[in-house]
Amino acid sequence: MPRISQTGTQELSVGPDHAPTRSRACYAARVSTTAPLANSAPPRHAAVVRVTHWLTVIAFFALLITGMEIVISHPRFYWGEVGNVMTQPAFTIPIPSSRGSVPTAYKFVMPDENGWSRYLHFEAAWLLVLTGLVYALYSLWSGHFRRDLAPARGERSWRDYRDVLRMTLRREKTDAAEAQAYNPVQRATYLAVIFGLIPFVIWTGLAMSPAFTAAMPWTVEALGGRQTARTLHFFVSWALVLFVVVHVTMISMAGFRSRMRAMVTGRAAAREDA
Amino acid sequence: MKPLTRRKFMTAGIAATAGVAGVAIADRLARRYGLLPPDDGGIYGPGETLTYAAQRILGRHSLAREFPRSMISASPFLNPVAPPTDAFKRSQANGFADWRLAVDGMVAHPGSFSLADLKSMATRNQITEVACEEGWSYIAEWIGTPLSEVLREVGVHPRARYVAYFSIDHDWWDSMDMGDALHSQTLLTWGMNDGDLPVGFGGPLRMRVPRQLGYKNVKYITRLTVTDSMKGIRDGLGSAAPAGGYSWYAGI
Repeated sequence: MPRISQTGTQELSVGPDHAPTRSRACYAARVSTTAPLANSAPPRHAAVVRVTHWLTVIAFFALLITGMEIVISHPRFYWGEVGNVMTQPAFTIPIPSSRGSVPTAYKFVMPDENGWSRYLHFEAAWLLVLTGLVYALYSLWSGHFRRDLAPARGERSWRDYRDVLRMTLRREKTDAAEAQAYNPVQRATYLAVIFGLIPFVIWTGLAMSPAFTAAMPWTVEALGGRQTARTLHFFVSWALVLFVVVHVTMISMAGFRSRMRAMVTGRAAAREDA
Repeated sequence: MKPLTRRKFMTAGIAATAGVAGVAIADRLARRYGLLPPDDGGIYGPGETLTYAAQRILGRHSLAREFPRSMISASPFLNPVAPPTDAFKRSQANGFADWRLAVDGMVAHPGSFSLADLKSMATRNQITEVACEEGWSYIAEWIGTPLSEVLREVGVHPRARYVAYFSIDHDWWDSMDMGDALHSQTLLTWGMNDGDLPVGFGGPLRMRVPRQLGYKNVKYITRLTVTDSMKGIRDGLGSAAPAGGYSWYAGI
């Protein structure tokens, strides 16, 4: 599906199927394009991408909230195979616990919410896994990975990444190009989340399951033990939170309403007021 | 919005039909192969069923990880439970000589076993990890009589699907499917780390299910009931756990 600007005067295509042919394309040179998207243009985000995006949002926040609830019942972290209140923690989170058996600096015990939190945590994990499978299969089949997320030809030099970062930090307007295609830093970040952080958070979660590790012991042994898996699960979760914070911040800077509209309806407007 | 073309409409219709049919077939297969947990209803039922079914398909006979003797925790954490009753204390003073494990339900020979009876049967020891749903864990050596030995002794009906187990604490009972009940690492545990099982860790008799989390490992076991359905037992959810908000299956 070619996405070519409709004005006729802007010959420099930023459409996904039309990577720039210049050998040393510089990202900054292209982003001054201000071609408005005609209504007949294909959607900014395909329906499958939009639906799986919002299902992932639901799963993520359910996992985050219930994950915090579960951590409260034992806010101590360890390396290796075992760890409990009789052993030295690697670190503790200075919060009260929902269990009286855990020593904290506080005199009170928080209410125990682990039951429904665990039920919802694993149900949301299934939602994340199944949604991720649909997204991955669709993206392989449709070329979404190759076309929209793999580094575009001519945008793979350090200079391209540096340009995006510089322009972002200077808050220069980049809306026209970015309304149609992801910039190099976006592509790298999304790929790292889709193929790095999310698979790793699922792996470290499964490595805590006694039945799963009975069937596949290497999943926990490769990590260095059950408690290491739990501690890494905690860290990767925060890496994902950091991603979400930056992601929402960048969307706000680029134009919250137009980007939200693009991810809800599929239609992108080049400008916030369009 | 683009107009809905006939082709799109047909595709969506076929996809929806395939989806509904797929769910119906999956439900039939799940029932046939015993992949539905007793707490498969409610808003968390789908997630619970997926977890239980997936882990059963993945490894019905897989063994929980066992560890070298050098990894036994020097000071295992003793999770505090309700203080024992006076009757328990009298039994303890008597060396638990009068402790009985009753077995009833779908068995050919209902009866009861003393600790001496259990110890005279085949025993097994294993060094496995106890992992609590809260996040902590420790490793210990557990010595006991495989539950499968007791079940063989009483003769289990071929249609039996669950073994429920009850303790001196009326509110702490549980059950497991026959896959776990006949599993070689599921022990009626009476020894720990080369000694008797201490009272704090569930002595004189504790159910040890190393492929599931700590709360399935009920302490102070006094009775087993073999059944083909959890519906008629207590609240029908298969365990005290769902009533307390926790899932029946604790393999994760």
